[in-house]
Amino acid sequence: MREMIIGELSQALHEIARGFAHFLPRLVVMLILAFVGWVIAYAVKAVLRIFLRLIKFDKLSENAGASQLLTNAALPSATEMLSRFVFWVTWLGFILLGVQVLGILGLQEQIARFFLFLPRLFVAMFILFFGLLAASFFSRAALLAAVNANVPSPRVLSLALRTIIIVFVLSIVFEELGLAEQTMLVAFGIAFGALMLGLAIAFGMGGRDLAKRFLEKRFVRAKKEENEDELSPL
Amino acid sequence: MAEESFLTDDFLRQLINVGEVDILVGLPTHNNAKTIGSIVHTIQSGILRGFPRERAVIINADGGSRDGTPELVTGVSIDDARPASNPYALRTLHSISTKYASSPASGVALRTILAATELLRAKACVVMSPESVSIEPEWLSKLLGPIYRDGFDLVTPTYRRHKFEGLLITNLLYPMTRALYGLRIREAYSPEFGFSGRFGSQFLGQNAWNDGTDGAGVNLRFTLAAITGRYRICQSFLGEKDHVERHAADLVPALRQTVGVLFSALEPDFPVWSAVAGSQPAPTTGADQEVLLGPLRVNRKRLREMFSNGVAELESVFQSILSPSTLAELQRIARLGEEEFHYPAELWVRSVYEFAASYQKSVISRDHIIQALAPLFRGRVFTFLMENRNASADEVENNIEALCLEFERLKPYLLQLWKPRE
Repeated sequence: MREMIIGELSQALHEIARGFAHFLPRLVVMLILAFVGWVIAYAVKAVLRIFLRLIKFDKLSENAGASQLLTNAALPSATEMLSRFVFWVTWLGFILLGVQVLGILGLQEQIARFFLFLPRLFVAMFILFFGLLAASFFSRAALLAAVNANVPSPRVLSLALRTIIIVFVLSIVFEELGLAEQTMLVAFGIAFGALMLGLAIAFGMGGRDLAKRFLEKRFVRAKKEENEDELSPL
Repeated sequence: MAEESFLTDDFLRQLINVGEVDILVGLPTHNNAKTIGSIVHTIQSGILRGFPRERAVIINADGGSRDGTPELVTGVSIDDARPASNPYALRTLHSISTKYASSPASGVALRTILAATELLRAKACVVMSPESVSIEPEWLSKLLGPIYRDGFDLVTPTYRRHKFEGLLITNLLYPMTRALYGLRIREAYSPEFGFSGRFGSQFLGQNAWNDGTDGAGVNLRFTLAAITGRYRICQSFLGEKDHVERHAADLVPALRQTVGVLFSALEPDFPVWSAVAGSQPAPTTGADQEVLLGPLRVNRKRLREMFSNGVAELESVFQSILSPSTLAELQRIARLGEEEFHYPAELWVRSVYEFAASYQKSVISRDHIIQALAPLFRGRVFTFLMENRNASADEVENNIEALCLEFERLKPYLLQLWKPRE
């Protein structure tokens, strides 16, 4: 009995040792892959950072007002953000490759799906970034045009435009990621429809006086002002 | 000749038929049928009176007129002008018209005129506005004479204007150009100017014509190029400038064509203007500037309201452009009533310099920076109107001079804000 127990134990220990002996090289390979991945990711990050500085990516981001958004959110510059993102995606990719080498059942399929998901993630990030830039740019353009045309409530106009663009961009991003497509479609439809209806009601009823003043200003006062000399700036 | 390629074959053929000329008059047009006939007639009279023995040509660069403007230019007979001026003029006066595009673009129009100047080897050239209804035949001699006879390279005009006309020039363009470039040119941006063939060729060869814009404000770039190239520049008093009907909506395009061009020139011209201290008067024929004092109805209340609303509504934009102290001061004066409201010269100059530095750094879209200046300009105009409500011509001039000196005094502030990009 005693010998049997000892035999089983020694066999188990032997199997564990054999399993460990099989596993150890894989673990070492995984660690090496993770280390090499870190080096490559770091190099990619450095090269990308230099490239983005060369093409003045921060200036592009500044022009469109994205830098201001990042600063307000206490985030680093657009160049730094993108470089870091690429670093983490690259390194994570190598780590997952390493994990695949370990041969853990069930993980391999998930890892393959992750790699298939990456291009969509990149496209979604791209759409989100430029969508936010576009929202910032066009809302500011609307604000300036409204202020210089003396249109009432220019900030409301600007905010409405910004909201519409962001909602639109988010719906595209979610569709690209394949996350809750139906839900997003319905939510977008409802939100967009509600926004338009709200604006129509607000302008037609809530802003009746505002609309009246606006129309008077545009058509009635314009006639009166025709009799006044306008200053020529040049 | 590289510039030949963008000229049409027909235009080139007409130029070849003309041969070499001494005098060239450039006339950029777009739907100016109402005024162009009398203007061409006046130009012909001016040439016959002032340059009867010189070979001359009128070049009309048309931006796709649909009202028959080019036909009117080429159809005006020199014989109509001859009896009234000099019946014994020996030379033939050619009139050539070319359509450079289907829509107006001042840069392309000037480029066409400059290319014709080079091809015809003209010694002295003048560009005339197709809207100058107050043009006199003497304007030709006044703009061409200093070039043809005295060897100047650029002649800019000065005018007799109402004290409240051209406020963008008197409150920003003239003082800032003078402070930065060191030369007192009253009308650096003018639709009429004369230039030598030598300078025209140099500008034609060096200027970046394919920058994606339609060349709005090219007149100002032309003047700045003459200053930075150390060409001989003078001013010539023309007389009263006709009142061109403008509306408040014209302000933003006017800012783009003048302030936008000036701000964008500051970056390449930094080595020049950063080394300049003070300013020198430009040689001037006739009066430096004459001021009219007649009554003018202006909606001052609206100007102040648009300033105050602009400062309140554009706070987020101004935070990107202005320093916190300047913005705080603007917000303080924006809350003042009409009687107490005052936008002091120092604050105005600081605001403009901070806008220029922000433009250089592109803190936001450059066009948005220019648009954001419009409400502040309205506030400054309100103060200028109030300060000069009952002022005499001399007092108005003194106030403009004081503003110019303020721009010069605060120039080190702009240099401090300016950080050349590495």
